[in-house]
Amino acid sequence: MSGRRIKSAPDLEKLRQEVISKRDPKKTRVAICAGTGCLALGAQKVITTFKEELKKQGLEDTVEIRETGCPGFCEKGTIIVIYPEGFYYLQVQPGDVPEIVEETLIEKKLVERLLYTDSVTNEKAIYETEIPFYKTQMRLLIGDNINIDPKKIEDYIALGGYSALAKVLSEMSPEEVIEEVKRANLRGRGGGGFPAGRKWGTTRNAPGEPKYVIVNCDEGDPGAFMDRALMEGNPHSVIEGLIIGAYAIGACEGYIYVREEYPLAVENTSIAIEQARDYGLLGRDIMGSGFDFDVKIFRGAGAFVSGESSALMSSLEGKVGAPKPKYIHTSVKGLWNKPTNLNNVETWANVPLIINKGADWFTSIGTERSTGTKIFSLVGKVNNTGLVEVPMGITLREIIYNIGGGIPGNKKFKAVQTGGPSGGCIPEGFIDTPVDFDELTKLGSMMGSGGMIVMDEETCMVDVARYFTDFLVDESCGKCVPCREGLERMSEILTDICEGEGKEGDIELLEELAVVMMDASMCALGRTAPNPVLTTIQYFRDEYDAHIEEKKCPAHVCKALIEYYIEAEKCTGCLACLKPCPEGAISGEKEEVHTINPEKCSKCGICYDTCKFDAVIIR
Amino acid sequence: MKKMTINGIVTQVEDYWSILEACRFYGIDIPSLCYHDGLSPGGICRLCVVEIGKGERAKLVTSCNYPVEDGLVVRTHSERVIRARKMLVELLLARCPSSKTLQDLAAKMGVQRVRFKVKNENCILCGLCVRMCAEQMGARAIGFAGRGINRRVTPPFDIKSEVCRKCGACMYVCPVCQLRCQGPEPPNVVCGACMNVEPVCLQDNEDVMCYLDTCGWCFKVKPVSLKKKSVYGKEKMEGG
Repeated sequence: MSGRRIKSAPDLEKLRQEVISKRDPKKTRVAICAGTGCLALGAQKVITTFKEELKKQGLEDTVEIRETGCPGFCEKGTIIVIYPEGFYYLQVQPGDVPEIVEETLIEKKLVERLLYTDSVTNEKAIYETEIPFYKTQMRLLIGDNINIDPKKIEDYIALGGYSALAKVLSEMSPEEVIEEVKRANLRGRGGGGFPAGRKWGTTRNAPGEPKYVIVNCDEGDPGAFMDRALMEGNPHSVIEGLIIGAYAIGACEGYIYVREEYPLAVENTSIAIEQARDYGLLGRDIMGSGFDFDVKIFRGAGAFVSGESSALMSSLEGKVGAPKPKYIHTSVKGLWNKPTNLNNVETWANVPLIINKGADWFTSIGTERSTGTKIFSLVGKVNNTGLVEVPMGITLREIIYNIGGGIPGNKKFKAVQTGGPSGGCIPEGFIDTPVDFDELTKLGSMMGSGGMIVMDEETCMVDVARYFTDFLVDESCGKCVPCREGLERMSEILTDICEGEGKEGDIELLEELAVVMMDASMCALGRTAPNPVLTTIQYFRDEYDAHIEEKKCPAHVCKALIEYYIEAEKCTGCLACLKPCPEGAISGEKEEVHTINPEKCSKCGICYDTCKFDAVIIR
Repeated sequence: MKKMTINGIVTQVEDYWSILEACRFYGIDIPSLCYHDGLSPGGICRLCVVEIGKGERAKLVTSCNYPVEDGLVVRTHSERVIRARKMLVELLLARCPSSKTLQDLAAKMGVQRVRFKVKNENCILCGLCVRMCAEQMGARAIGFAGRGINRRVTPPFDIKSEVCRKCGACMYVCPVCQLRCQGPEPPNVVCGACMNVEPVCLQDNEDVMCYLDTCGWCFKVKPVSLKKKSVYGKEKMEGG
């Protein structure tokens, strides 16, 4: 531990210069992504192999290994960037390491096969800026991840970290900070899109002491990991934003609510808080300004509903994470009935940027009513899955095709689901919609925290609606009637439809139920829960009709409504499908046409996948 | 005193009242299952919803825990409110058809069918017993456990509570235990035996109250029609 406290803004600048001067910009540095995605793909092994290999070659002192946060291109992990050149290697396996050390670190040559190769043109890309996935992005928040070891505060300080805090504490009054955030029109990134500056102002002006500030890192949407990547990869940016917010609001205590399922986020954030404390950036008399503020980590037990502000605060108080009526806002009466300001991880991380570069710069990015950038986790049936950060107002098409690289296997795009389980499915007809808070709401979906699930033509929309409804049935707290009973009934009806037991009037009943749930539920979970059902009914009603009236699933997904059979003209009698069939449902002799016994068939689809002649057909 | 409008009538109400208390003071009947004078409001059954605000900003709130405000405009029996209440009763009845309280409510409000599969549960999870035990009896012998559809009322850790004095207050307040419906069994979930009066209502005037009762009986819920292919906002999704 440094034992050194930063006493003023110039002192921070001095420390920054010291950190930078100790570093040789020409020194070879290998940045290896140690985010959860890459770790799952074996990054830890790559890191250890690298260390061993460097030791073997005697390069330990001349090459620095930096375990960094997630740069976003999770599809192609493990990602390695070699500085100072900036060579971008993708899908690195431990076995590739000796070659990288040999070729690139010693000989200064490229390992061609590890470079990004365009699937269409076969062109190679050497640097980050040349990779199409990164080209259209605007990575203000996650761009630095690859340069920062989240366990070292010096890395963040070297890149200008905590200068916004220094500016705020030495030059600005709390009111000026709030005014700046208001002018920047920073809207909450957690889902609601409420202007952060206004919320801060309400909490500041609300009677009652002490006041609290909270980071909401209870990210629970299926397929979303934006907050996780920020919290794991650059925790100091969030902490800096939080301290600035606390100063503006007049809070002396803060909490970071992280779900227990994010162990790396908990670890990195704990280390970050310790280090910030050591440098006097947290605790008493921060940077000699007389402002006291400290922050604690609270580990949530992983309930989706705890992401709702009042439920999160209940959970923090040690009670069951269930929402409370919010006719008096939590910004006035929140945690322990004191004024509490809760913002999402990404919202807090935007604050240092706004302070450093100004509200005018921030409003120049994005659209008029939705400023700045937004991180999306692009997942599903898309070539390049991962985290993408784009300016607001970019179209869905740009995200899915330019950044995401389109749909794999030449399939047709069908819909994109935005905003997590309570968002809606947006069909192809609206793919040129600019992505911002208001436009998505107009389509019946929402921005949410930024999940984006791409679906291709092989997706059944009724099944999708059922999936999300089932997720919410499990995650609803069960407190109020419309959400608990309504969701269960909704799931019941959708399951019936998927199983071929749908009847006339089901769609109308779903709609009637949805409207009441949206009107009468206690919290946002219940009020937005019908979105997947309503949007799929609105945009894909024909699919519902096909399920109910014709008892057919057009996408061939709902097992009860499909049948596998073998087309006699195409079957060569190769026996390939016969052997793997787990039910023994396929019969036939060699070089004779095979047949499937529908009574035995469990519709697992193995024969369909095995047949090389497309003879197995779903109808 | 605060001044607010209830169903077009300008009223003077006490500062500390909830909308429900104000309405009941003025004799307007708002159904509720989880509200009790002696207990803190729960906002759970949602039956006491009323509509506040005008136009685009109109919304439903539970009157039991919404504090009265100056200038508040409240409609206790608008179309939107009745639609919500009827659906809620239908949902509750499907869960718990043996409750006479629920059957009476359904009869009074003109809920004549249940379109969901019947579950025959014994509890509607209104939480009156839990609050009664904690707030009036000071025992906290029972509480909620589980989440979502697994939510249930039980002593902690499902073991016999040592602090329970067997006072029976929980049973006394229970809207389901209290009275059992003796009506027909499913598939005719709605009993309707107690429904014998057909009141005449002033319809289609949401700012004027029915002179007989404020039950919403005669109100026919129109099917919700969501305009196909049109771009809609959340607030515009009312029926009609």
